[in-house]
Amino acid sequence: MSIPRNWRTRQQRYSLKAEVCNACGNTIFPPRDVCPHCAEQKQSWTNLSGRGEIYSFTTMYSAPAGFEEYAPYTMALVKLAEGPMITAQLTDVDTEDVKIGMPVEMVTRKLSQDGDEGQILYGYKFRPMLRQVA
Amino acid sequence: MRKPQPFPHAVAIVGVGMSKFGAFPDKSSRDLFVEAFRELRATVDKGFDPAVIESLYLGNFSSDLFEGQGHMAPIMADAVGLCPVPAMRLEDACASGGVALRQGVLAVASGMQDVVLVGGAERMTKLPTAQVTDTLGAAADTLFEIPAGFTFPGFYAAIATAYMHRYGMTPEHLMNVAIKNHENGALNPKAQFGVTIPDWMQGRIAAAVKKGKPAPTWRDQWDFLHDNAANPMVAWPLRLFDCSPVTDGAACVLLVSGERAREFTDNPVYIIGAGQASDAALHDRADLTTLSAARGAAAQAYEQAGVRASDIRIAEVHDCFTIAEIIASEDLGFFAPGTGYRAAEDGMTARDGARPINTSGGLKSKGHPVGASGVGQAIEVFKQMRGEAGARQVAGDVPLAVTHNVGATGSTCVVHVYERR
Ligand SMILES: [Zn+2]
Repeated sequence: MSIPRNWRTRQQRYSLKAEVCNACGNTIFPPRDVCPHCAEQKQSWTNLSGRGEIYSFTTMYSAPAGFEEYAPYTMALVKLAEGPMITAQLTDVDTEDVKIGMPVEMVTRKLSQDGDEGQILYGYKFRPMLRQVA
Repeated sequence: MRKPQPFPHAVAIVGVGMSKFGAFPDKSSRDLFVEAFRELRATVDKGFDPAVIESLYLGNFSSDLFEGQGHMAPIMADAVGLCPVPAMRLEDACASGGVALRQGVLAVASGMQDVVLVGGAERMTKLPTAQVTDTLGAAADTLFEIPAGFTFPGFYAAIATAYMHRYGMTPEHLMNVAIKNHENGALNPKAQFGVTIPDWMQGRIAAAVKKGKPAPTWRDQWDFLHDNAANPMVAWPLRLFDCSPVTDGAACVLLVSGERAREFTDNPVYIIGAGQASDAALHDRADLTTLSAARGAAAQAYEQAGVRASDIRIAEVHDCFTIAEIIASEDLGFFAPGTGYRAAEDGMTARDGARPINTSGGLKSKGHPVGASGVGQAIEVFKQMRGEAGARQVAGDVPLAVTHNVGATGSTCVVHVYERR
């Protein structure tokens, strides 16, 4: 990822900064100017809890460039408590233990590295929920 | 949205041409497109003068990244002697070919043009696999999906996982699709991997023996497909043989107005429905076990054509991955949601089944030069409907057929309905 794109998306990758639509009430991630649910343009910022459950997943054996060191690794679509679905790598879990419906929480990790000298990209991954929050 | 209307003017395919699909280190996409066009010129039943062509609609995903060449449409027009007619490139990822076909159909159906060439071309094998993966990845969300570590096999694997969880399918069910499509592709002289899986297996054994290595001892093709060395896991539950290959190839069809079709042939194939729909990135969808854009495109095309799914005799569908064919067979309305994998297992989609799917070998065996794939599907349907599919010809008449072409994970879907009158 280019340095400007890295910079522009940092608040989403570091802290899941999202939006709430003032017209229909849906939570929107990633943020965008037009609500995908009602097409209105009235949003306010919100932070997501980082908690959700696995909607679907795959274990990647053939890794794309920059991700070789993690292979095999598990990619998931995580349904967040606030509604949006998010695309993320799982961490701190054995691939055999991953199940649809498993509760997970966000952590910040190194995502990829652009060669030996290149930029390191940090962002969210998800791990099995360590503690249930009351 | 406005209800789909029947075409104001009838649209007919009167000729087709296709390059061999495969890996051709010494050919550019221009060479491949010329190869396809020459076949078209040589095979239109009553012959034709290319000077009657009024436009070129070209499907191409990424000649810029694959070949370092942008602005491909006029280059292709020039390569086949069509300048100065207007030429335009249509890009909707792997649906580029189907989208180009639909634009050609709309031009003729509107009455604005009488004779148009629809083409598709992609030259993919020049790049190393890692760069092909990155280039194809550009069809997904490169801000939030690709940087997280996904690839296209990964996306379709996540779709397969969701489908297995809901409907009880197993990875073995997916293998039925690969086995069938390789059986069909073995009968297609243009196919990239024109061999059955048992023949492939025997080839591997013979190669090992020739090199003086221990011969593998697979009991049968199922044993072969379960062998992690022979059929490695790419993205669980998808293995190598669940994935379509990286391919070079080109295809073209000649579309003319119904009024003029008989100038070219006494056996035209009419396109009577052309639906297309769009969808958000995978993470913004409510359901991963269906492509809503495919359902939308099919509903439009069927309504426009005045037909129902049950009327359709054969289909060419976008089997970029085996799971995609299962879901396509449901999205097109052939089988109820969650039953497509059983239909494949029961042989219903085989050449001699009730609803043959991908008689060409599909993208899986025929090959998947992304911008050409949607046009290649129309060619198979044209041949089957005219009884010209040779060893892979289905039995009996084919009065109605469908093609289904998908971009990315279903962010674009195009469905066409074809009629033999
Ligand atoms: Zn809204």
